[in-house]
Amino acid sequence: MPALPVRSAEVLSVAGLSKTFPGVRALDGVDFTARAGEVHALIGENGAGKSTLIKVLTGVYRPDPPTAAGTGVLTYDGSEVEFATPLEAQHAGISTIYQEVNLVPLMSVARNLFLGREPRGRLGLIDFRRMHREADTALRGLGMRVDVRRPLRELGVGAQQMVALARAVSVEARVVIMDEPTSSLEPREVATLFGVIRMLRERGIAVIYVSHRLDELYEVCDTVTVLRDGKAVHTGPIAALDQLRLVSLMLGREIGDVREEGLTKFSGGHDAEAEPVLRAAELTVRHLLRSVSLTVRPGEVVGLGGLLGSGRSETAKAIAGALPPDSGRVVVAGVPVRTGSTPAAIRAGVSLLPEDRKAEGIVPGLSVRENIALAALPGLSRFGLVDEARVDRVVDTFMKRLHIKASGPHQKVGELSGGNQQKVLLARWLAMNPKVLLLDEPTRGIDVGAKAEVQKLIDELAGDGLGVLLISSDMEELIEGSDRVVVLKDGAVVEELGGDAVTEDRLLRAIAAAPAAPTHSPSAAPSDSPDARDAPGDDQAPGDDHD
Amino acid sequence: MTDIGLGRSRVDRDRLLRLLQDYGVHLGVAVLLLVNIAFTPHFLSAENFRTQAVQVAPVLIVALGMALAIGSEGVDLSVGSVMALSTSLLSLYLGYGMWIALIVAVLGGVAVGVANGALVAFIGVQPIVATLALMVAGRGLALVLLPQLKDVRDPTMASLGSGDVLGVPYLVLIAAALALLVAFVVRRTTFGRQLLAIGDSRPAAKLAGLPVRRVLILVYVCSGALAAIAGVLATARLTASDPTSLGTLMELSAITAVVVGGTPLSGGRVRVGGTVAGAVLIQLLTATLIKHDLPPSWTQIAQAVVIILAVYAARERGRR
Repeated sequence: MPALPVRSAEVLSVAGLSKTFPGVRALDGVDFTARAGEVHALIGENGAGKSTLIKVLTGVYRPDPPTAAGTGVLTYDGSEVEFATPLEAQHAGISTIYQEVNLVPLMSVARNLFLGREPRGRLGLIDFRRMHREADTALRGLGMRVDVRRPLRELGVGAQQMVALARAVSVEARVVIMDEPTSSLEPREVATLFGVIRMLRERGIAVIYVSHRLDELYEVCDTVTVLRDGKAVHTGPIAALDQLRLVSLMLGREIGDVREEGLTKFSGGHDAEAEPVLRAAELTVRHLLRSVSLTVRPGEVVGLGGLLGSGRSETAKAIAGALPPDSGRVVVAGVPVRTGSTPAAIRAGVSLLPEDRKAEGIVPGLSVRENIALAALPGLSRFGLVDEARVDRVVDTFMKRLHIKASGPHQKVGELSGGNQQKVLLARWLAMNPKVLLLDEPTRGIDVGAKAEVQKLIDELAGDGLGVLLISSDMEELIEGSDRVVVLKDGAVVEELGGDAVTEDRLLRAIAAAPAAPTHSPSAAPSDSPDARDAPGDDQAPGDDHD
Repeated sequence: MTDIGLGRSRVDRDRLLRLLQDYGVHLGVAVLLLVNIAFTPHFLSAENFRTQAVQVAPVLIVALGMALAIGSEGVDLSVGSVMALSTSLLSLYLGYGMWIALIVAVLGGVAVGVANGALVAFIGVQPIVATLALMVAGRGLALVLLPQLKDVRDPTMASLGSGDVLGVPYLVLIAAALALLVAFVVRRTTFGRQLLAIGDSRPAAKLAGLPVRRVLILVYVCSGALAAIAGVLATARLTASDPTSLGTLMELSAITAVVVGGTPLSGGRVRVGGTVAGAVLIQLLTATLIKHDLPPSWTQIAQAVVIILAVYAARERGRR
């Protein structure tokens, strides 16, 4: 833990910053200050406003006009500034490294490093020899040995990230912003990255560090700002906060005064002795999941707890065959299911309600009727011809049972409200008579009334003997809705809460607890070198757990 | 979503625009018919209608397959070359009997379709690139099989090309039957529904467990088979096999018919009726300009204007 230096000079700051999008107030009077030689962690759950804040700081978004004197303005290096474009912010000395590397994959490493500021020789031509030499020096400085003439895309994602970092460092940056820099790095690379961050700090550069990996923050950051619902709820030295306090700030839940929620929870009619309908064993996906095991019994609602990026969605996807695991088994009702195949999982009786309803769930241009019948269509057909009468019956049944509000079965699903879209998806799966339902954020972004209806429906389904795996960022929903909660952290199960232990207090403590295993993927062989590690792009996360 | 808060004029404008998008192509056909009846001498004769219909039949058949490909958010550029390949195969195998030659010619189209589909579905090649490769390869293969123009002296073939039933040419009957078949497939079969879902949202279709690869391969097989049939019919009409020129630029005519007919390039929708009307519209446009002694270059410019209008209308829809 680095000792906090005397508060150094403010480099970049905002006061009372707000940013409103149509219908959404993404940032609401946020104060934020980045100081020279300080590593400032910026954390918050999905939708807290991290990305928006970064985009305002880097000129991608313009803040709302000030409501009072001195509010809503950016102060950079002691004077008020307005960045009209990201380029202006860059020229002023604010460098950003995004989660997804945005460099030019077909150009050489050296050209990427010097893009837009290539050393020029006579006649204004690029001095390649000098460029290659300087690029080589810059990368060696980061402990990376790589042929700088190779196209960037031949490097692994981790190595590409290091190039992005080298670029950010080599432009005369005064502020370096890192958005989830470690999400695709190997432990060795993470160590290098931390070395670089410390070097930046010594040079008096202000670093803004966004990460979901809490352990990392303690290792490298000095100060932390917690965002929640567009507000900065806490700023202070990170050493003064323990992880439990940090987690409760992020989630907006106080420890200590947590009510006992066990009494109101869903009355799942499950039998604790029954054979599990779903058994996932040791699911491992490189960078995402480490040996995740869990079981769901018929009639049971099992919650998946954890922070953003802890691997909840990935676990569901791996079980549903949408994310091929490197190893591990999925057994449904005693029968092993071939992993990595959605049709196989569906045939076995596993249905996934994906988190990204609009992109991965509904087929917006098709009608309510076609959307409901989509998965069950082969069963509603004879010799490849759709039995329209049977489709009508099924659609009618589920539209009534789930109270789907549409002008009729032929309305396009894209025109429905979020809650009704979600019900259409539920109907699609229920028409398949599933054994296990995997619900990823089933009530996110739908209005209160529809939310209560969906929750009630989940309760009913469990009552009918379905096994339900529930993912929810809504603490109350998770606690009240689940019979048991499996807590994930950094892609591994850290704790399983059952019975009376399903309380907010226990959940917060489990999330904040130290991880059961090393922070990063053990599947990475230590001999991996950062420069020629893997096929480009092979470890891009499905990204659905990031904002 | 409701229209609350929008001005009445805006709603009316939207409705008008939607009507124009859905039925504009039919309106265009009607207008061109009326203009020709009024101003073109000898237009209103059975003979002229027969000529027009026979000319449009091969384009229409190819466009039907193209509509399926575009509906799946793809495209098939190899159709013209498949026509050439099928005419070469037809000539080569005609000695074994017409039916055998027909079957071999269509199987050639199916084979190209399998190759296209496999590249798109299994290897993940962009449809435009995959079918471009088969477009080049198909024409090459056709010329290897039959290096130059050859007369087709088969009486059955000749009657297929010029015969009729009660004055309606076989070609037109076949095209009409195929259009009905494709409309039926799109509306009533599992394959048709799955195709539209895949074209509209591939990730959702995948997560819903649809057999995405199988459907995509079948799409290109249909397109290849239809193009091969068009090649056979064109050969019968011309009573000659000319792999050098048969079907050149056919892919563009077919795409034009589909797009003008209101099938969006973004997939998820197949408008068979619109595609028929689109093919007829272009045929009428060409005929009108030729009959009024305008140079062929004018035809191309007129086609371009129609395409731009159609794309403009589609863009307006996409924005809402």
